[in-house]
Amino acid sequence: MLVNHDVTDMMENIPDEKFKIIGIDKDAEAPSRPRIGYWRDAWRRLRENKVAFVALIILLILIFFIIFGPAISGYEFEQIDSDAINQGPSAEHWFGTDDLGRDLFARVWQAGRVSIIIGILGAVIASVVGSIYGGIAAYFGGAVDDIMMRIVEVLLSIPYLIIVILISVVTDSKSLGTMLVALTLTGWCGIARLVRGQMLQLKSQEYVLAANALGVAPIKIILKHMIPNTIGMIIVAITFDIPGYIFSEAFLSYVGLGIQPPSTSWGALASAAQQNFMFYPYQLLFPALMIALTMLSFTLLGDGLRDALDPKLRK
Amino acid sequence: MAKFIIKRIGYMLITLFIVITATFFLMHSIPGDPLAHMARNLPEQTRENYYEKYGLDKSTPEQYVIFMKNLLTKGEMGESLRYPGREVTDTLMTNSAVSAKPGGMALVAGLIIGILLGIVAALNKNKWPDYIVMFIAILGITVPVFVLASVLQYIFSVKLMVLPTTGWGSWKNIVLPIIVLSFGTIATYARYVKSNMLDVMGQDYILTAEAKGVSRFNVVKKHVLKNAFLPCMTLLVGQVSGIFTGSFVVEKIFGIPGLGFYYINSINDRDYTMIIGTTIFAAALFVFVQLAVDIAYSLMDPRIRVK
Repeated sequence: MLVNHDVTDMMENIPDEKFKIIGIDKDAEAPSRPRIGYWRDAWRRLRENKVAFVALIILLILIFFIIFGPAISGYEFEQIDSDAINQGPSAEHWFGTDDLGRDLFARVWQAGRVSIIIGILGAVIASVVGSIYGGIAAYFGGAVDDIMMRIVEVLLSIPYLIIVILISVVTDSKSLGTMLVALTLTGWCGIARLVRGQMLQLKSQEYVLAANALGVAPIKIILKHMIPNTIGMIIVAITFDIPGYIFSEAFLSYVGLGIQPPSTSWGALASAAQQNFMFYPYQLLFPALMIALTMLSFTLLGDGLRDALDPKLRK
Repeated sequence: MAKFIIKRIGYMLITLFIVITATFFLMHSIPGDPLAHMARNLPEQTRENYYEKYGLDKSTPEQYVIFMKNLLTKGEMGESLRYPGREVTDTLMTNSAVSAKPGGMALVAGLIIGILLGIVAALNKNKWPDYIVMFIAILGITVPVFVLASVLQYIFSVKLMVLPTTGWGSWKNIVLPIIVLSFGTIATYARYVKSNMLDVMGQDYILTAEAKGVSRFNVVKKHVLKNAFLPCMTLLVGQVSGIFTGSFVVEKIFGIPGLGFYYINSINDRDYTMIIGTTIFAAALFVFVQLAVDIAYSLMDPRIRVK
């Protein structure tokens, strides 16, 4: 102890000028490129993917019109004009008018609000529920996991549309809320399976074992390793699920179990237009085009996001 | 293997029981009673007779026991509330037979074309055949069925006047529904077969086979196709059970008197017994096909059984 003390004393007494650097390159240790975090990196990869980037831009344009479109049109979406029935697209009515003389440009974007809200909310609700469920199953494992996954298996073996139709018939309320319940009632099962699988795989990874061995608290492992490594997958799943919900909503509205007048959705618009299709094809064209564009963009964006968020999957 | 099958059958029975019970109680939890609309203007005695006839005078649990007993012992699910005298089970059988005709042909056509397109796309990756196939696949996934159906009706019935728009009976009525129904199958399978084949083609055993000097044709035939087709089996569940339940939308548009058509009608009519019957039928069919596919899959792929 004493000796040590002496050494430190001696060191402190040596003036700084006596020290000099001998042949160490100061810059050798510095990273040659700036550090890039996961999200920055993912964003860079997404931007490089031209198809996904175009899809993202199309989506942003669609969302812009969905927000501002009804105001731009200068018409109320439910405003009936008996002097302008079934008019084709013109300078006054950009997308034409329907059989009650309502401006289709305003209606298409107003309908888009409902469709997109159902798509996004449906996918987000299903993902949150599914992630929590799957996470719990994977965390506890054993009998809990077994029972929880059996329940999922049973729910998944019931045809999806049948459940949606049944719930819609039973609740008999066509509000947005009940539709979301009907659509997500078993919609979360797929994601629960995905998240559970991913979590189980992560649990057996070496770095989680290392963290465990070093005595890191379980909650910290979950926050630091499990969630960040699953979140990319969940985002991709949400992107792929959104078109599915928009499609299901369109189907329900088409069959007459969905959104009811005066409010409208792309499915409801298409359903109304289909009756007049032989005479006024443009009435179906616009809602159908919007459905197709949204589906396409989300699918392509999902492909791009998968490559961007999970570089391991990329070939 | 026997253990696996027994286990799967066990799950299937549990699922069926849950579906039947849930459907029954959900439908009976709807406020108001199913005959309210019909029996509104009837004299008291007639109304009571009606309720007795359909067993609606009893409590819901009692009705459930009777329903289950009839279903299990006689395979009956009661009588349509809307069309007296029509047995639910009989209607289901006739209607699903109608749905099966276009549905079956569309599935076969869709499978053959879809798989062929997928193979062509995978073998010509990033060349023009691949781009064309992927374009068709994307169209099939993004264009809603009712749009495709309307456009085809417009082209072939209104403009060219070669095929009727709606109806049932002649072979001409069935052409457009088959095209529409198979389009989705083609798109799904082309995409799926392609990505599966590319996955397999990246495996080491393909490299080994090529290194041994096996011809490209034989590599594809013996190694790629066999391994790429297996995962496609799982997709069949929805498709095969869909043959009988038919497509709600397609049948409605083309006026095909199949199961999907009547299901939508019974929903609009609030024909409770028909809704319960059709729901149970569709779910049961789905579950059966799933079981069959699971067993077939495990017979073909030994890796599943080991787990």
